Amino acid sequence: MSTRERLTPEPPSWLGIPPFPEAAKAELGKAQQRKNLRHATATIRTKRAIRAAEVDNWEELRTAAAQIKDRVGRHLDHYLVQAEKAMTEAGITVHWARDGDEANRIVGEIAKAKGVDEVVKIKSMVTQETDLNEHLEEIGIAAWETDLAELIVQLGHDLPSHILVPAIHRNRSEEREIFTTEMGRYGTPAPEGLSDEPAELAAAARTHLREKFLRAKMAISGGNFIVAETGTLVIVESEGNGRMCLTLPETLVSVVGIEKILPTVEDLEVFLKLLPRSSTGERMNPYNSFWTGVTPGDGPQDLHVVLLDNGRTNVLADPEGRATLRCIRCSACLNICPVYERVGGHAYGSPYPGPIGAILGPQLRGLDEARDRALPYASTLCGACNEVCPVKIPFTDILVHLRHKVAEYKTSKHPTVEQGLMKGAGWVMSDGRHLALAQRASRTAGLLVKGRWLGPMPIPLAGRWLQARDVEAPPTETFRQWWKKNRGDK
Amino acid sequence: MKPSIPIATVKLLERLGCTVSYPEKQTCCGQIMTNTGYYKEALPTVRNYVDSFEDYDYIVGPSGSCVGSVREQHAMLAHRAGDGGLEEAATAVAGRTYELTEFLVDVLGVTDVGAYFPHRVTYHPTCHSMRITKVGDRPLQLLRAVRGIDLVELPMADQCCGFGGTFSVKNPDVSIAMASDKARHVRSTDAEYLVAGDQACLMNIGGILHRQRSGIHTIHIAEILASTEKEVSVA
Ligand code: SF4
Repeated sequence: MSTRERLTPEPPSWLGIPPFPEAAKAELGKAQQRKNLRHATATIRTKRAIRAAEVDNWEELRTAAAQIKDRVGRHLDHYLVQAEKAMTEAGITVHWARDGDEANRIVGEIAKAKGVDEVVKIKSMVTQETDLNEHLEEIGIAAWETDLAELIVQLGHDLPSHILVPAIHRNRSEEREIFTTEMGRYGTPAPEGLSDEPAELAAAARTHLREKFLRAKMAISGGNFIVAETGTLVIVESEGNGRMCLTLPETLVSVVGIEKILPTVEDLEVFLKLLPRSSTGERMNPYNSFWTGVTPGDGPQDLHVVLLDNGRTNVLADPEGRATLRCIRCSACLNICPVYERVGGHAYGSPYPGPIGAILGPQLRGLDEARDRALPYASTLCGACNEVCPVKIPFTDILVHLRHKVAEYKTSKHPTVEQGLMKGAGWVMSDGRHLALAQRASRTAGLLVKGRWLGPMPIPLAGRWLQARDVEAPPTETFRQWWKKNRGDK
Repeated sequence: MKPSIPIATVKLLERLGCTVSYPEKQTCCGQIMTNTGYYKEALPTVRNYVDSFEDYDYIVGPSGSCVGSVREQHAMLAHRAGDGGLEEAATAVAGRTYELTEFLVDVLGVTDVGAYFPHRVTYHPTCHSMRITKVGDRPLQLLRAVRGIDLVELPMADQCCGFGGTFSVKNPDVSIAMASDKARHVRSTDAEYLVAGDQACLMNIGGILHRQRSGIHTIHIAEILASTEKEVSVA
């Protein structure tokens, strides 16, 4: 790899990112990023709320969406076979991939068979999940991102930090900088004297990308939905770059998670209402593409769909976690999450950040790595995500369930300090007499400090707390004692 | 944790004509253990809760978070432990468990509890009260009826303060960032008191307000509602 020059900008790796608490600490220090995130998430939150409020039966739509997705989960084998059959009959070549490597290999082989050395890409989460671009780079194929934000990330040697707006952490002047220094190295350079006006930035991106669109013989996408009944592949987007990828190249390869199946076209209606309003605050996506096979002279003439598992059947196997697979990647949960708003996406250590990342990642990848064991705790359980999610994923329940799995995992390896503490607390709280005993100790401490607030001091656990906050001294009389004294005769 | 809150609750309920008793056996809802993932360790608290409160008509708690946990988690824990009897009992007891403001408004049917509190106050609707226990605007109905109060709106009120039980220990830096933002919003209201229905959140935000020497006190809603011209229950 190092012996030849790279074809595309080299991104950093997710693997070097430490577990959430540590990564988050570093991200919190980035003042510009925090400002950008606060502004961007607040804007899009408000838009979403307005668009959701416009729909009278919004709650029923959410329930319907959740039920449709659950039905698909219950009969996934049936719908997948039905979808494969319908797609094949319509002229789509269907592939099955157990994991990311297999999916990448399939895509790479198709590209090799076509003899292409570059491809254009529609923004897709699933190819981020499999790290497809890096696989293609290794076998000598350049993959170009064509979504504006994804382009900023790619040219910036950066990692995406949001499902929908991967460059949400960047501002306009950073974008201008990236375009000016990098575009020329990978194609049409940015015009001289590029300013940070949005229209100029967009025009520079358009010119840079146009050359790639016109040349590319193959495009790669994800897929928002596949209708099992008709074998229709559905891709929605806002910018029109996707439409270019879907219409110009002869070959289209779509990598689609197996949970993206919907039974019928009627089911689609529910999601086409929920998705744009939840994600961009638009009433409808500006571009909706439906491919049922290939049509001579219109669109891709060779269409492949790679159906990817990559841990999804494991998620499905857990009755308490499986609602996670309802997710339609709208990113509403990110935009409302107060934790995400402060740290951004990189701290989550995977392409899926925010609440959905905190529950999806550890389920897809398992709990063997420290960063995956930290993710279920990257939430205050405030429940804002529960309320906003268009498919009603019960985040807080799933987070607590995953914490339980983490606790079991840890104690199965060896008993931990935390378990000791929890056991101790369990004993104290199992009976009022135990609690009274514990309170007596705290009261003694209270008498010692006599109503003074406690400031910074090195006490285990509390020390971290007291770095930034004071704590009121423990009471010198507990409620139990007050009750005995004042109401004891009752 | 802070005895002035249950004391205020007792006085308030008695003033409104309730007979209050306090089963000495009772402890805690077990939420801290459940939410950290320690289901087995939380189970004894469920048993104890059921044992302590089985015989009462109404169980009232001055904490949206604890009441939410009793309602949302107790039966689940019993179910997971395979204890059908406990699950049934826990569901029944949870059905009679009320958050204080819910009890006042829904059961007693009062919004004006005869309180007097002549201060500038801003209200933080804590996440668990708002989203899990769903107390709605009941606290505000009660506060609006308090004599002398100057109730001002808190910007970004529905955003979490960053306490989140063990979250504040496991992710101290994010927690502090969130609590600091909350404290900034509180300061912008120029209130003398920040009121809420959950002591843990008040402790979190109050800890920062105190460190900043902001001069803003935190107060539990029970303490405001218990205050009268004759007796102010602010500790
Ligand atoms: S979990 Fe729900 S809110 Fe979050 S991205 Fe998925 S569908 Fe959207």
